[in-house]
Amino acid sequence: MQPRKTALYDVHTQLGAKMVEFAGYWMPVQYKGVIDEHKRVRSTVGIFDVSHMGEFFIQGEKASEYLQKMTLNDVTKLEKYRAQYTGMCYENGGMIDDMIVYCFGDHFMAIVNASNREKDLKWMNEHLIPGAEIVDRSDEYSLFAVQGRKAEATLQKLTDLELSEVKYYWFRETKLAEVDAIVLRTGYTGEEGFEIAIHVDHSEKVWNGLLEAGKEFDIEPIGLGARDTLRMEMKFCLYGNDIDETTNPIEAGLGWATKLDKGDFLGREAIMQVKEKGATRKLVGFEMKQRAVPRHGYKILKDGDEIGCVTSGTFSPSLEKGIGIGYVNVPFNEVGTSVAIEIRGKGIAAEVVKTPFYQRPY
Amino acid sequence: MEIPEALQYTSEHEWVAIEGDIATIGITDYAQGELGDIVFVELPNKGDSTSQMEAFGTIEAVKAVSELYAPLSGEIQEVNSALEEQPELINSDPFGEGWIIKLKIDDESGKEKLLSAEEYQSQIG
Repeated sequence: MQPRKTALYDVHTQLGAKMVEFAGYWMPVQYKGVIDEHKRVRSTVGIFDVSHMGEFFIQGEKASEYLQKMTLNDVTKLEKYRAQYTGMCYENGGMIDDMIVYCFGDHFMAIVNASNREKDLKWMNEHLIPGAEIVDRSDEYSLFAVQGRKAEATLQKLTDLELSEVKYYWFRETKLAEVDAIVLRTGYTGEEGFEIAIHVDHSEKVWNGLLEAGKEFDIEPIGLGARDTLRMEMKFCLYGNDIDETTNPIEAGLGWATKLDKGDFLGREAIMQVKEKGATRKLVGFEMKQRAVPRHGYKILKDGDEIGCVTSGTFSPSLEKGIGIGYVNVPFNEVGTSVAIEIRGKGIAAEVVKTPFYQRPY
Repeated sequence: MEIPEALQYTSEHEWVAIEGDIATIGITDYAQGELGDIVFVELPNKGDSTSQMEAFGTIEAVKAVSELYAPLSGEIQEVNSALEEQPELINSDPFGEGWIIKLKIDDESGKEKLLSAEEYQSQIG
């Protein structure tokens, strides 16, 4: 099947992006270079097209009850314009997806991973309850992320909404660049910033408006390459790398978003058991002690024995060293544990460290 | 994208400049562009021997890792020590300051397998 194009495909190629196939879409992996783009977001502001992500609307009088059954976190804690990081699990506790749920009062929006859109929808429809309904509106929305310490100043030029009043993990519906927009204070970079959902027909207008508004802060378009290095520096999980159907939320360190005492939900039984017995492995962050770059799939060793597996790794542009995320058997998850990463047949020294790897200085 | 006429190439995206029995070797502009930001290079030691199309080193970029293949057989005469501190030279000047090794060629017949600029160009399309 041919990859699909987002509304901004031509805009990206004109900006000099290298386009790659990702989750069934042609997406910009980089424009100038991953390290430059990474540093742009860490220093001022960058803009990302993440329109490949899925937007589901969950509505009907039983929408809240239904989401409570489907997701890990406690939906009843949400009020209007509040967002929540959550996930969905199979009965065996394996993760189907992670996502953010946004509460509009009488209905909800879930932003899901592009690669899981079909699978999520099928699962959600299979478990639908009377009085709840799911509408997949992914094709109607473009989603942009504006991230960095100058994100608010950039966006503020395009809206009358007082953005400083929109706190982290809250959102609002407003006019942005004269069009209807959902402005979410969420992100995947560890910086201050927003994600903006708008109708696809307005994609170019809003994208160009943001580039213009951010000019004084040297705003630049950022590709998926830097999105990945930015999220790794924060140890944010990426579905398909760090979490998948074979991992449960407890070992993945997502216990904080898994509310076992909220009542029944899909996967609860299995997750309870893991919690009671204690996870046998944990997702940790580690840094390389030598110049080396860990990669997905490399083995993690302790005194020559395999004790785990790297799920994500990169050269950290901020720390200027190799960093990685991976599962290790308990008790090697303790911060300070010396381990080795097997790279081309050799064990290269690494250490389990506190995460996030990167702390923003403001 | 640059493909200097005066150089010879391999299908693995190395370039070779031959002067007498010494071959200077690097990776092409195309290769550095595909790899993206290079963050370090693992190189052999001076005096090591390598044979044609054998992996003699590794390039680590942010997004990917790639082996370096010897375009010719020979003994390593020199490695570009500047790459230790500035691996990004391969990105900024792949045919110049970003050269990787110099090799003393010990089998002249290997040269027949090298590609001309034109042949390399047609290979990468």
